Amino acid sequence: MAYKLNVNGRSTTVDVAADTPLLWVLRDVLNLKGTKYGCGIGQCRACTVHLNGNAVPSCQTPISAAANKNITTLEGLSPDGTHPVQVAWQEMDVPQCGYCQAGQMMSAAALLAKHSRPSDKDIDTAMNGNLCRCGTYLRIRQAIHRAAEITNSASAHAVQTASVEK
Amino acid sequence: MKTMRIDRRSFLKVSALGGGGALLTLYVKPVAAQFGPQAPPVPSNYIKIAADGTVTLIAKNPDLGQGVKTMLPMLIAEELDADWKRVKVEQADFDDTKYAGQIAGGSTATPTNWVPMRQVGAAGRAMLITAAAQTWNVPESEISTDSGKVLHKASNRTLDYGQLASKLDSIKPPALNTLKLKDPSEYKIIGHSQPGRDVHDIVTGKPIFAIDMMRPGMLYASFEKCGVFGGKVASANLDEIKKMPGVRDAFVIERPDITAAVLPGDPGLENGIAIVADTWWQAQTARKKLQVTWNEGPRASQSSVEHARKADEMSKQAPQRTLRSDGDAEGAIKGAAKIVEGAYSYPHISHAPLEPQNCTAEYKDGKCEIWTNSQIPGSGRRLAADALGIQQSDVTIHMIHGGGGFGRRLTNDYVVEAAYISKKVGAPVKLLWSREDDMQHDYYRPGAFQYLKAGLDSSGKIAGWRNHFISYGDGEMFASAAAMGPTEFPQRFIPNYLLVTSVQPLGIRSGSLRAPSSNAFAFVIQSFIDELAHAAGKDPVAFRMELLSTPPPPAPAAPPNGRGGRGGFGAPGMNADRMKGVLQLVAEKSGWGKKTFPKGTAQGVAFHYSHQGYFAEVAEVKVESGNKVKVNKVWVAADIGHTIINPAFAENLSQGAVIDGMSELMDQEITIDKGRVVQSNYHQHKLVRMVQAPPEIEVHWLKSNNNPTGLGEPALPPILPAIANAIFSASGTRVRSLPISKSGFSWA
Repeated sequence: MAYKLNVNGRSTTVDVAADTPLLWVLRDVLNLKGTKYGCGIGQCRACTVHLNGNAVPSCQTPISAAANKNITTLEGLSPDGTHPVQVAWQEMDVPQCGYCQAGQMMSAAALLAKHSRPSDKDIDTAMNGNLCRCGTYLRIRQAIHRAAEITNSASAHAVQTASVEK
Repeated sequence: MKTMRIDRRSFLKVSALGGGGALLTLYVKPVAAQFGPQAPPVPSNYIKIAADGTVTLIAKNPDLGQGVKTMLPMLIAEELDADWKRVKVEQADFDDTKYAGQIAGGSTATPTNWVPMRQVGAAGRAMLITAAAQTWNVPESEISTDSGKVLHKASNRTLDYGQLASKLDSIKPPALNTLKLKDPSEYKIIGHSQPGRDVHDIVTGKPIFAIDMMRPGMLYASFEKCGVFGGKVASANLDEIKKMPGVRDAFVIERPDITAAVLPGDPGLENGIAIVADTWWQAQTARKKLQVTWNEGPRASQSSVEHARKADEMSKQAPQRTLRSDGDAEGAIKGAAKIVEGAYSYPHISHAPLEPQNCTAEYKDGKCEIWTNSQIPGSGRRLAADALGIQQSDVTIHMIHGGGGFGRRLTNDYVVEAAYISKKVGAPVKLLWSREDDMQHDYYRPGAFQYLKAGLDSSGKIAGWRNHFISYGDGEMFASAAAMGPTEFPQRFIPNYLLVTSVQPLGIRSGSLRAPSSNAFAFVIQSFIDELAHAAGKDPVAFRMELLSTPPPPAPAAPPNGRGGRGGFGAPGMNADRMKGVLQLVAEKSGWGKKTFPKGTAQGVAFHYSHQGYFAEVAEVKVESGNKVKVNKVWVAADIGHTIINPAFAENLSQGAVIDGMSELMDQEITIDKGRVVQSNYHQHKLVRMVQAPPEIEVHWLKSNNNPTGLGEPALPPILPAIANAIFSASGTRVRSLPISKSGFSWA
């Protein structure tokens, strides 16, 4: 069946079975490999993307539920790593293996779009769905604070965030 | 091309590259290859200098998040005096005609490469100096280097490395053993935190993981196996499956029976049903419709309940074997002022790296190309060649960044499967296991039961120690990663030491998990030592200091650099003074014994030596009503030599090891029922989440006068007993069985 998708600001149409998870459409049909498969049951959230600005596990989102909505993947934060979350992740050298980090960053970006100065508690709440098998949580928390700082510094980055998160 | 033979083991070669560049090659006879067959002297290509000054350094080892792709080139770049900002890092393919030790295991990359990688860099720098001296016609002694440039200060002249690259071809390489390596005080790259070389690709979602590989015309495969190891397909509705949307093929794979009481370390291709489709989701969708009648075989009768019952029974009987007997442990315990007993146990657990097992293979015209995150690609190549019926030299392995390994990818079952399926369907194939496949077909950290008994003399010293180690095996053979070595700590430190063992069969696959054996032994031994400290009425740190100060007989020879992979690498080579150093440091940093805590909060301590690393850890833990556990803070003190090569990453890795160990402590357990693994996904085999992680984990390095050693593994083991010991001090409950959730504990 054909579904019209809006991914990272671009419209596209895919022809897949209705129960195909958004995750596999992104990865294997649209060749956007940034979004990762970890568990398939919404436990690890490595597959987190934004659906109309909300962080959702794409493995639990059938394509039929994603059609005609705005989908943002890690590639859509910025292609060159200039989104505040991407900048902070690099500055703090967060990843070990890096496999979960796409999901972590998408959850973080959604949090920051709603809370420009999140507390540790806000962060714990927003990030608690995302597993990191390497245990980089302390760096992730630091990087989110840093990303908030970058966002709030009213730099060009902030403008860019707004355009991505709209 | 010029070559210089240095000794029987190694020589250098330099050759011209197109466009005025140069390639420096170090031929090294590999250090004893623990994970593979001995290779003949091999060439190793490490440095490329282009005419524009770009220096490309080869990272030869598989990187699955342990940071070697950044760390190994740092060693070369430092001595080459390259400009790190202009260094490109290139991941090597697997090639044992060029490189030695292409494995990720045993925390070996640092100790085995610390000297040779710096030597190759220093040789490159020496040749650049020679080239500049010839160009300027000045003595080499007047020439220095600075971050990618050669300088002649007397005449204020400078040449970029790139400007000299075309001249290197005519220069005789120096003998490695004549090279003067830098004093650590001169380091500009080593010892200074360098961000991971893949971080930009990771944060921008570039397709760098094995699961991201694509080939033209590639198909996707899913592989169904019997839940019982070795189970064979009796019948299946393959005709129906083949008609499902997108399905290209579905077929049975049948292998000869393995009848041993314990399973081989890496049996390669196994029985099952492969489904190949245009997309993985189609393959998985078809798989859900599979109706298989399995011939499960004899292993279907095993269960964890029965294993535990049998272990309890064996604990009351004479042990099958004696692994070590020093003095008269039984007599010393009998005559002791106080006797302490503890029955400890820990379960099988799964590696569960976040990137599920996957491999892309392309078999064509008798050759096979493979893209994999294997931790030991050499074994993968051998097993794939066997399964394909071709020569190993006809198998090419590209080493692709892995989404975690933790030891799971030391076995290559998924590599062999992908290669076999590609040949069968005549197309490039990406095989991807589901998370459920991964958790139910792992090479599990094997569980065990340890029945400990010790006697304290009237001064509170340990007079005798007896451990009945009940594990899995067959006669004198332990199942993979299920052994305890005869010199496991505290052997040597107690005059009367007895280690006996009994084994029972195990019909699931077992293997090494991060800090193999140590990840469980530290919990048992450091918990029991804590029990003894409390029984002796002594402070747990002071009691351990006293134990480490017991004049031990001479230590067995330290393992050669690079040893320390699978199995019990606990006490051999452990230097008591180095351990006392980290214990002292962690006590100081944590304020051990100097703080007062509210009721229900306490600190616990533990240490463990593994993989040549010395780690002592203190956990400050609050136990709330209902046995809710919060780890407030952890202090890690480590001695892994005089230099921490990449400090910020080393801290990250150590903090991660603490959090990893917390998952093992609290929640992880694989149980078997009717021969099948019960747990299927992360909801039943839990990882610590952010809110449960300690808000602070301080990592302190004790820089001793020893060459740097590995870090990924030895940081983990002490955290389990440190927290368990804190729980005892905070709540009065001594937990002797993992995971502690089974004793009613949970994270706050």
